[in-house]
Amino acid sequence: MNILPIILIDGITFASWLFLVSAGITFIFGVLRILNVAHGSLYAIGAYLGATFILKFAGQEQHGWITLLLLLLAAIVVGLTLGPLIERLFLRRVYGEDEVIGLLTTFALFLILEDAVRLIWGIEPYLVEGPYRLFGRVRMAGIAFAGYPFLLTIVAILAALLLWFVIHHTSFGREVTCVINDREMAGALGINVPRIDLMAFALGTFLAALGGAFTAPMMSVEPGMGASVIVLAFAVVGIGGLGSIGGAALGCIIVGIARASAVQLFPEIELFVIYALMVAVLLWRPQGLFGAIELRKI
Amino acid sequence: MIDVQNVSRAFGMLRAVDDVSLSVGEGETVGIIGTNGSGKTTLLNLITGYLQPTSGRIVFQGTDITGLSPRRVTALGMARSFQIPQLYTGLTVLDNILIAIATHSGRSADFWTPIYRSDCVTKADELLALFGLRDRAAATVSDLPEGGRKVLDVALSVILEPKVLLMDEPTSGVSARDKFSVMDTLMPALKRGRVTTIFVEHDLDIMERYAERAVAFDGGKIIADGPVADVLARPEVRRAVLGEG
Amino acid sequence: MSEPTIHRSLPLAAISAFAVIAILPLFLSDWISFLIALALAKGAVVLGVVLLLRGGLISFGHALYFAIGAYAVGFLANRFGIGEALVGLPLATIISALVAAALGLLLMRFRGIYFAMLSLALSMILYTVLIKFYDFSGGTDGLSVRGFTLAGATPARPGLVQYYLVLGLTAAVIYVGARFLASPLGYLMQAVRYNEIRIEYLGASANHAILGSYVVSGAISGLGGALVAYLIGHVSPELAFWVSSGDFVFVAVLGGTGSVFAPFIGSIAFEFVKNYALKFSPSTWQLTLGVFLLVVIYFQPQGLWGLLTRLRAKPQ
Repeated sequence: MNILPIILIDGITFASWLFLVSAGITFIFGVLRILNVAHGSLYAIGAYLGATFILKFAGQEQHGWITLLLLLLAAIVVGLTLGPLIERLFLRRVYGEDEVIGLLTTFALFLILEDAVRLIWGIEPYLVEGPYRLFGRVRMAGIAFAGYPFLLTIVAILAALLLWFVIHHTSFGREVTCVINDREMAGALGINVPRIDLMAFALGTFLAALGGAFTAPMMSVEPGMGASVIVLAFAVVGIGGLGSIGGAALGCIIVGIARASAVQLFPEIELFVIYALMVAVLLWRPQGLFGAIELRKI
Repeated sequence: MIDVQNVSRAFGMLRAVDDVSLSVGEGETVGIIGTNGSGKTTLLNLITGYLQPTSGRIVFQGTDITGLSPRRVTALGMARSFQIPQLYTGLTVLDNILIAIATHSGRSADFWTPIYRSDCVTKADELLALFGLRDRAAATVSDLPEGGRKVLDVALSVILEPKVLLMDEPTSGVSARDKFSVMDTLMPALKRGRVTTIFVEHDLDIMERYAERAVAFDGGKIIADGPVADVLARPEVRRAVLGEG
Repeated sequence: MSEPTIHRSLPLAAISAFAVIAILPLFLSDWISFLIALALAKGAVVLGVVLLLRGGLISFGHALYFAIGAYAVGFLANRFGIGEALVGLPLATIISALVAAALGLLLMRFRGIYFAMLSLALSMILYTVLIKFYDFSGGTDGLSVRGFTLAGATPARPGLVQYYLVLGLTAAVIYVGARFLASPLGYLMQAVRYNEIRIEYLGASANHAILGSYVVSGAISGLGGALVAYLIGHVSPELAFWVSSGDFVFVAVLGGTGSVFAPFIGSIAFEFVKNYALKFSPSTWQLTLGVFLLVVIYFQPQGLWGLLTRLRAKPQ
């Protein structure tokens, strides 16, 4: 059996799944200079809320395209509520501090949110397979693949396009680019930096929740899903370069293909390759493939 | 001692140091003057290896040191103090001195003997007395006024007992009263130790008092090089540095 | 911290505390004694993190050495049938030191967030190896650590013997740690946080200072892991997971970097709070920790001693 198509397709769908979360993390880092450990929890909350919406509003059978809309809605709700809340209440105080302080703050938030999820949704897994069944199976290159992951790929591509459009063709995007390049200068130029910070974090949160929501039909939604995804996202973002969305996309594809190859050829190293790749890239280019180096002046 | 040969350093279109050649012999005391941005600090950065020249060579005691890191250059016998003092801001004055003493005596890998060993503390004490910092030994550097920090920065470079000492505006920020007292103690001591001294200064009084030879910078180039009195009297120097005429 | 603790005689408080801890098992239950021993062993790992934190470096992957030390003991006991602590402990420490030396050569060039990420990746590599290579490591089941002996003798009350073993080694680690903090390398590590340029211009190497500290840090953390392996009697891949590293960072930050005792005090507080919080309400103890950490970060009580203010005092 020809494994190349399997590796390619498996790799791309895995990359798509990862892209939504990692794009959010790297974007937030670019704007706020904070590496958001709690991003995994936001992903999980997106999944839980998506699952809840479907179970409540799509009936027993979880039929139809409405389920997809509900997932999108869940992501939007998380992005619009939790995003601004976290940014305003918790992150605002630590801007301008060392990046390591930001890391500790978001780690604290991660701890809080992990338990918040347990308190709200309990510890039993949620299963919402309706949307998954909607897409059945697809034949490609003579092999039958599950259809749903392709939807995920489409969502990821749409999200990437949306990001690209926003950044390059809206005034918000121009202002964000300014802030990413030089926060102080942006403020001096009259840009409302706090507002940009808020909107950027909300957007990043939305992306994470979107990833979580659309993942919900694919696996059981349970505690700890955030913790596992966040390290994968870190690996991707480390490879691609902190702050670079294009880098995150490339990192996702590299990691996706590498992992898919391992699964087919040497299953024991499936997870190992991801972190080995990260170490290899960081050793070769400490700032990642597309990251920026910072020099000090005296 | 130091031979700067046709050294240039460009930052994009800007030539911060433009084809500069300078030869300083052992034991000389040279003062460098020039307005801000004329290339003085960049020259020090180039000589000590913090920046790479885009062209040219730097030779120190016969060894080509072009492109060597500051660590290697320091190990060869050059020390430097900074325009903006480079200090361990969260530690005390005494800590800063002790760390310098420890690294100078090759104990930077020592993880067992205390840094507050009595012989080191005595040596530190002497140094603090020399620089008038004794009563502020226990102060955290970030609490020190700018003048004190400047003096400490100079002290750290002196601890290294270098063959060549480069100082970048050693008295800027130091109060008028302390300026002269520190330099009056320091410069003769350097002379006695036959330390080749190159210092960058704005203050013409300091220049006249302590330098034997003056080098004037303007726009990245040397426009005058000779005995202090001569150089400072030249109209083109006075125009470039003081804005006269 | 600029005043050396080594030049005063060990504070009376520390000696009294040790004396009290030494006689506790006579009065308290086996479970509490176990918790204290566990906390002290983990405290050693936290001290490892603190040694680096003083240089402004956060290791988000110290669970690596924790796991290496633990699994060294685990392999020895499980695969080779050697449960002798006098073999296992030095072996674990040496292996950890060697790994730290090798990895330190890579890590020493990194700072800030990149150091954190790379250290995280390295620990996750170990985690993925431990999880997947079942024949090698026992996979998610882990390895049982049986047959603990000390100097060849199988103790009638292993828990008690282990307690005093941990206590003794804790004292030793504290002594080594205190000497390290007061030494040129210890001070140079602080200097790394404040001004690397000055270090280079004194003829020393910031990278080498970091390497030296990293090796000592890895060794101490590995020893902590080895002790935990004997205490718990079992090792599993979770020891290497990033959340485990996070816990060590948490205690390190809470206790602060100012004193060699802080990691152990913080660790004891952490283990006890965790133990009772888990029993009382399993779904809120992480939340409590998180809130605590936020309070410390925002308001800088003694616990976050110097970390915030010093990191804020960036050199120009």
